[in-house]
Parts: sequence; C-alpha cells; structure tokens
Amino acid sequence: MRGTLSTQVGALARRSLLKTLRQPFQLFPIVFFPLILLAVNASGLKAATRLPGFPTHSYVSFAIAVAFIQGGMFALINTGTNLAEDIEDGFFNRLALTPLRRVSLIAGLLVGVAALGLLQSAVYILMSLLAGAHLEAGFGGALVILVLGAITAVGFGALGCAAALRTGSGEAVQGLFPLFFVFIFLSSSNLPRNLLRTGWFHTVANWNPISYLIEGFRSLFIFGWDGTAIWRGFAVAIGLTLVSLLAVAGALRTRMQRT
Amino acid sequence: MSAPAETSALPPADAPASGGGLWRVASIIAWRSLHTYVRRPDLFVPSLVFPLVFLASFAGGLTALGSVPGFHFPAGYTAFQFVFVLCQSAMFGGLFTGFTMAIDFEMGFARRLMLAAEDRRGIALGYALVALSRSAITLSVVSAAALATGMRITGNGVDIFGLYGLAALLVLVGYGWAAGVAFRFRSIQAGPLMQTPVFLIIFLAPVYMPLSLLQGWIHSVASVNPATAFLEAGRGLISGAHDHTGLAFLCAAGLIVLFSAWMLRGLRNAETSA
Repeated sequence: MRGTLSTQVGALARRSLLKTLRQPFQLFPIVFFPLILLAVNASGLKAATRLPGFPTHSYVSFAIAVAFIQGGMFALINTGTNLAEDIEDGFFNRLALTPLRRVSLIAGLLVGVAALGLLQSAVYILMSLLAGAHLEAGFGGALVILVLGAITAVGFGALGCAAALRTGSGEAVQGLFPLFFVFIFLSSSNLPRNLLRTGWFHTVANWNPISYLIEGFRSLFIFGWDGTAIWRGFAVAIGLTLVSLLAVAGALRTRMQRT
Repeated sequence: MSAPAETSALPPADAPASGGGLWRVASIIAWRSLHTYVRRPDLFVPSLVFPLVFLASFAGGLTALGSVPGFHFPAGYTAFQFVFVLCQSAMFGGLFTGFTMAIDFEMGFARRLMLAAEDRRGIALGYALVALSRSAITLSVVSAAALATGMRITGNGVDIFGLYGLAALLVLVGYGWAAGVAFRFRSIQAGPLMQTPVFLIIFLAPVYMPLSLLQGWIHSVASVNPATAFLEAGRGLISGAHDHTGLAFLCAAGLIVLFSAWMLRGLRNAETSA
C-alpha cells in the first residue's frame, strides 16, 4: 500500500466509515439509543422547566446536548471494537507489515470517525429540530455544533483505539462503555448546575469535564453565542483528543514492538 | 437402540416432576453459579455499580425536582427514586442471569448440563435461584447506600416486606423473559434482545415524576405500562400511602406465569436442538 500519506489515510478512512455504515448493529445504537433517551427524558423531565432558574421552557432544547456525548461514546465503542477485531483476526498485523506509514494506521481510522461524527451530529440536529427544539445560534451555530461533534467523536474514538491497541480485545473495549456512562450521569446532563442541590453531586458535576462539554453544545441551542460555554466545550473536546492521541501513540508503539 | 434409551432417560421439559431430581439439579446449578459470581469481580462489581450510579445520579442529581409544583411525596425524592432503582435492579438482576445462562450455552457447559440433568426443568429453576440470590446481594447494597445517604421510609414493616416481595417477583419477571431468550438463541449475541425491551418498558414509566405530572405521549404510554403499576405500588409501600399495590402484584404474577411458559417452551426448543 504505497502512495502519499493522504492516499493511505483516505483509503483507511473510507474503510473505517463503510465498516460502520454497513453494519446495522453498529449504526442502530448511534442513531436510535440517544434519540430514544432524548424522547424519554424530554417527556419525563418536562416538568423540570417549571423550576425557578431553569434556563428554557423547552426540555428538548436542553437535553439534546447529551445525545452528542452519547454519540461520541458510541464512536469509542465502535472504533475500538473494529480495531480490536482487526487485531484479533490478524488484519492489523498484515497492514503493519506493508510499507504503510505507522501514523496512517490510526489517522485513517480517526478521519473515518470524524466523518461519522459529522454525520451523527447532523442527524441529532435535524431530529431535535423536528422534535421541537429551538437552535438559538441559528445556522452558524449548527456548523459549530457539527465541528464540536466531530472533534468529540475523534476524542472518544481515539480513546477506543488506545484501549483496543492496549488490550487487543473487543470485549475489553465494550467494558469501557458503562465506565464512561457514569461520567454522563454524574454531570449536568439532566439539570443545569445551579439546580443541582445535593452538595456532593454539585461538586462532582463541577469537576466533571463532561459537564462543560455538554454545556458547550447546550449553550448554542439555548443561549445563542455564549463565548465562555463554547470555548470551555471546545477546550474539553480538544483536551480529550490530545490526551487520547497521546495514549494511542504509547499503545501503538507497544503494539508495533509486539508485531 | 442405544439412542432411544438415552433419550428416554432424560425427561422432557413438560414431563411430570420427579421432585428430588428437579431440586438436586437446581441446587447444584445455583451453588456453582453463585460460587462463580462472588469469586469473579468482573461479574460482581458491574452488577453493583450500575444501580449505585443510577441511585447517585437520579436521587442525588435530581433532588430539585421535588420542588416542582404539584409534586408531593411524603418520604422525599430520594425514596421516590430509590423505588425506581430497586425495581430496575431487580429486573436487571434477572436479566443478567439470562446473560450467564447464554454464556454457559456458548461455552458448552449448559449443553453438557442438558445431557446430564435428571430433570431439565431443574436447570431453569437453578438459574432462577441464582437470579434471586444475586439480586438479594445487589438490593441489600443499594438499600444500605440509600439509607446511608439519608433516605426516609414512612411505610411500616409490613409495607417494606411487601416492597421487597414485589422486588423478588420482578427478579423472576426479568429472569423468565431473559431465560426464554437464552434457551432459544443459546448465545450472548442475543443480549440486546434480552435487555432492550426491559430497558424500554422500565423507562417508559413515571421514572422522574409521578404519573399525574407527565404530559403528552409519555403519559399515554405510562398509563398502560405495567411498570407504572410496579413503581406506583413500590412508592406507595415505601411511603405508607398505598397506590395500585394489588394491581402491581397481579401484573407481576401474571407476567411470571406468561414468561414461565415462554421459558419452558424455550427449554423444549433447546432440548430438541442440543
């Protein structure tokens, strides 16, 4: 597999994207699960909008932000599982023996994840608008959400790659899902931080970076262009991506030595 | 000649009970699975972590909902959410045992068990005992955590006995469904099929708010959802202000009967395929 870096990355990105899109079992949870949870939570927690201090009258506009994070977590599981499968069935080792550049192995996967992140974010925006959400930041805000959604997916996807490279087991990658779900639950996912009245929970949500990622998405739906919330959201997404890429680099080095 | 003799030595699922064999098989399976469960943290810990996270997240993070106009629950929001976590943990305790059964089939253990068991209904009964014992551990830990964080109980001793009795029935409901799926598919690949319907039914009930405060489609769905009766009865029992208690026990008993038939037909299916 000779050629320029971009050709190599492009070919692997295409493979990564198609591998997910062609498997209904992988595609179904990405679309179905966050939207079902949105439907259930938006209806069940609608009464929360009557609390003094709640920032909007539409719980759908408030809750849709969580779907983007859940989408990111499915990117983690799908990317990690796909890579682990490639390791388990020997495809990764055969690829490593070709003249392909080492960086292309993972970059290709992550470009595919970014494309999937853009697609899933577009679906969430569309579905939320159909469900009655209001996007205060307008069309420009939608574009920012697409970019933030793609970076978030890459950040989580890279974490899935690191886990797959470390363990070489799809089962171990799947085991990460509940762990990351805890981060969503212990954040400002269901109520704004000013309405989290239990002391310890408020503290945990304040320290939980997922709160700021959610609030980055949420601010564009509810407040429009809130600079602080947006930069914090991007800071968490980019920070997550950088940390995950460092973890990938370390795990890849170890894996290649074994290969 | 030998094949029919071997077949006749193994009574089918609907054969009359040979009491001793049934219980012997059940107790051996129950002991083995419980022994594995407590010795393997990878099985033990996740079954405890999920309910505790739900409890922390819903009872801790949503306490402000107790101030929504029209929300009146004498025992407070923590107790209100505790009942949801209890019912969810009970049903999922049954489901996780279905997972174990499916894994046992994949590994070939359950297949060998089918050949060796004196009465194969003992296999179904044995895993039911596993589900009940595992859930007893989970529900004890969740209850202790809720009490430690200040949950108030305004119901009396009989009410609390009723609440845990209802939880035990829900373990069997979840188990009956999951075991029926496990006997038919005999693979952990069927995990989502076990989990998703139960997950949907329990979340399409009044999880965060009482039924009277739900609006729109969720109110319509929750009004005919049996899980609503379980939650309302459980909340009535913990607070001492009974609500749909008889209906909840009736629904749970009906579902157990229904899923027992589903499970035994699945066992029959596994017998002919194994």
